[in-house]
Amino acid sequence: MSRNPEAESAADIYPGTLAPPVVRFEKVSMRYGAGPPVLHDVSFDLASGSFHFLTGASGSGKTTVLRLIYLGDRATGGRVELMGRDVATLGRRERPALRRRIGVVFQEFRLLSHLSVFDNAALGPRIAGRKPASYRADVVELLAWVGLRDRLHAMPDALSGGEKQRLAIARAVVNRPDILLADEPTGNVDPAIALRILRLLTELNRVGTTVLIASHDEDLVARAGKPVLHLSDGRLSRFDPAARESPQ
Amino acid sequence: MSAEFANWWPAPLLPRRDGGAASLFFVIAVLSFLASLSAIGGLAAQRAADGWKDQLIGSATVIVRASASDTPDAAAARAAEVLAGVRGVSEARALDKARADALIARFVGPEPLPADVPIPRLVAIDLDAAAPAKPAALAAALKAAGVDGTVEDHGPWAAQIMRGAALARWLAIGLLTVIAAAAGAVIAFAARQGLSARRDLVEVLHLAGATDGFIARLFQLRFARTAAQAGIVGAAAAIGVAAALRQFGAGQSLAALLPVAWTDLAAPLPWPLIAALIAAIAARVTVDAVLKRSP
Repeated sequence: MSRNPEAESAADIYPGTLAPPVVRFEKVSMRYGAGPPVLHDVSFDLASGSFHFLTGASGSGKTTVLRLIYLGDRATGGRVELMGRDVATLGRRERPALRRRIGVVFQEFRLLSHLSVFDNAALGPRIAGRKPASYRADVVELLAWVGLRDRLHAMPDALSGGEKQRLAIARAVVNRPDILLADEPTGNVDPAIALRILRLLTELNRVGTTVLIASHDEDLVARAGKPVLHLSDGRLSRFDPAARESPQ
Repeated sequence: MSAEFANWWPAPLLPRRDGGAASLFFVIAVLSFLASLSAIGGLAAQRAADGWKDQLIGSATVIVRASASDTPDAAAARAAEVLAGVRGVSEARALDKARADALIARFVGPEPLPADVPIPRLVAIDLDAAAPAKPAALAAALKAAGVDGTVEDHGPWAAQIMRGAALARWLAIGLLTVIAAAAGAVIAFAARQGLSARRDLVEVLHLAGATDGFIARLFQLRFARTAAQAGIVGAAAAIGVAAALRQFGAGQSLAALLPVAWTDLAAPLPWPLIAALIAAIAARVTVDAVLKRSP
């Protein structure tokens, strides 16, 4: 497969990395129905263990990029590769296994309101068919990590915005995914909580999870000092690998 | 930690209370009630037809015409004596003039007929249920004895009753099929609506790695359980109505037409299971089809 000249490769950003990118977009286009194109020839690679922000104005195509990565949509043009697999060739039965390697956090949390904090966080192992006794301790530990150890049996409606987002992060990472996608994860929380969430995501990245955060919070992006993919009218206008250091 | 989870069990992934669940329960219960009544009614109609058929097949009538040298009563008595000796006949009774007059009174009125009008006499025959005599054998015996008589074996009436019974049976089966199809259609519609209303939940489950089969199974179990519960309610109501008819309707025209036996009340018992099965299949097929169209 030829390299995409427009995309920065994993080796460019992380010299010495030989592993194939966990996410590769090659001239990806997307339009919904007969509507105007949402993405035009977008190309980029995300190396394993990298941390990127996906920025752009509202409607620039950030969410669409995330949807294509978490298999929520199919690209209408170009090629999307995940963990070395061309998603267009994935059979319907293969998709769930790939999805378990991707965690997703939404701005509006998308918690299941009829399930407790613990049951929300335990969704992944439960769907994977694990017995409760086998995942109980792991989930409690995970909830302790996001600061919800004492809210195990609370219902989502009783949580604050920050708690909901931390629960959403716990749910997204409970299967130890290779990639964590977050769509405006700090959009509904105050700045202090936003920093706390950013810290959680950074910790996850430190243990090897590839992180891609869609955000238009310029302060947060600047604070993080991470590479930025910038979308403008559905085109990737900037791929900034310069700021690679994680915030302290 | 174990104390915190002492009474914990994973909550159902589909919310227990769903919009429209009560309406669906009511519709399935009504359909179950109708299906159960159809089953009971079908069995009762079959029983009534069998009873009528047995009465008709187990008897025959002979119309005896007296010869010039005989009185009608003597000819009838002789015919009864001859027929009683035929194999396959349990009993033969000559009906006297009063019975013959009574039988034709419904056609000619209650006034007595002039004495010189030749009223044929009748011989009522009870046939052996195990090996009933054939009409031809009865006619042959009469002929051999020199009695002028016509054997009416009630066969055409019995055939009509059996046709009526078969029609009633097919009607009941048809009704059950239509109700089952209606239940399936209602469940399919409800499953589609439920899936549409829970699109967010379905997406979250997909993102958490759920297969289409896993999600379809959730809806399948939910609708099967609802249908089973509604089926129990509908069947119980039908059993109650039929039992009341059996207990308090004796002697009424409806009870005579549909003689419900206590054992018939067991007919609806499989219905909740059937309803659950229909619901499970309808929900599974519907949800599978919808999910297959999703990205």
